Amino acid sequence: MATLKDIERKIGAVKKTQKITKAMNMVAASKLSRAQENMEAFRPYADKFAQVLGSLAERIEADEEHAPPLLVPREEVKTVDLVLMTSDRGLCGSFNTNLIATAEKFLKEKADEDIETRLICMGRKGRDYFRRRKYNILSDHIGIVGARFGFNVAVTTGQGLIDSFLGGETDEVHMLFSEFVSMARQVPTLKRLLPIAGVEKVEQTQEAEQVGYVPEHICEPSAEELMGEMLPKHVYVQIFSALLETSTSEHAARMAAMDNATSNCADMITSLTLIYNKARQAAITAELMDIVGGAEALKG
Amino acid sequence: MAGKLMLEVVTPDGSVVSDEAQIVVAPGAYGEFGVLPGHTTFLTTLKIGMLRYNDQGGNERLVFVNGGFAEVMLNKVTVLAESADRRRDIDVERAKAALKRAQERLPEGARREDVDFRRAQVALQRALARVRIAETK
Repeated sequence: MATLKDIERKIGAVKKTQKITKAMNMVAASKLSRAQENMEAFRPYADKFAQVLGSLAERIEADEEHAPPLLVPREEVKTVDLVLMTSDRGLCGSFNTNLIATAEKFLKEKADEDIETRLICMGRKGRDYFRRRKYNILSDHIGIVGARFGFNVAVTTGQGLIDSFLGGETDEVHMLFSEFVSMARQVPTLKRLLPIAGVEKVEQTQEAEQVGYVPEHICEPSAEELMGEMLPKHVYVQIFSALLETSTSEHAARMAAMDNATSNCADMITSLTLIYNKARQAAITAELMDIVGGAEALKG
Repeated sequence: MAGKLMLEVVTPDGSVVSDEAQIVVAPGAYGEFGVLPGHTTFLTTLKIGMLRYNDQGGNERLVFVNGGFAEVMLNKVTVLAESADRRRDIDVERAKAALKRAQERLPEGARREDVDFRRAQVALQRALARVRIAETK
């Protein structure tokens, strides 16, 4: 049976753990609010970008032969690249597990179709997992997700992907990231980056509706050339936004996990204290019995 | 005059400028262009360089833009740049250091096709533009 001293030590240990999880929760909370701010700050850019690209796409007629190569699907898909975003650190619940499971399922599907897969890992957890299992990892980028990063990260990554797509090394590029739905829900989401899945066309902006006409842009250079300039940027915007979402999700997941851990610690302390008190009571009773028994014996 | 002109410079890190302007002059792909109130709708890519505008008080303001593109629509100029700095936010020391670094890297890379060469060239343009803006009186 556990002695009083053992239980006491155990309570002390759990209390210390609770302090750590509580601190981690608070750190995650402050990082989360910063990540959310970054997401907020990016939104106007992303919105405006989508709007301009959409109105351009509206104007360019679908011309199969002269379509920009970034939009054209390959007839035969032999190689597929997957950009996998996970966190660098653990202790964030099922966040990485979910992402990795989704990635593994995707890779298996492709392998069943006899398609070669290559991985670009953003985040240590995903890289370590797939490296142990000897997957083909093209490149890895550590220290981005969950930290402070700029748009140039997305540009460099995107450029690499576009180059290898246009160079014919790969036929499709997909991206797996964690969508930040709410504080309590982060969903692993798969998105095809290349060929670009088709740009949403925007017909009329609200402002234009108020004025009552659709403004026709004068374009410099031509609309087609502009489109060619903007499509790669479209990829960067997608990557950047996915990075922001994944970072925000990571902090939210860690916050939730640490919140759980803290309350589990509290539960454990309560039940351990109960056991401790019972054991102490039992010890006192036993001692009393001894004393009474001894006194009885002396009397007789 | 056809009313006021709004200028908005947006980057992935947030909005850099949001101001009323009398005139906006920006470095377009085909050369510098000016926008006054009542300008027709217009869309262009931008070069790395200097964007100028006069605010309501008539003061000239300078902004560094790192490429991107500009849209003029309904008396509103929207600039989408990968990065942008107002003149007072430019770190002159850093820009000068970057300029020096880029200059050192350039003469060796005689192969013009080289990726590093292109990169250094772009870095040089950026640094030059920044320094020039910072040193304009």
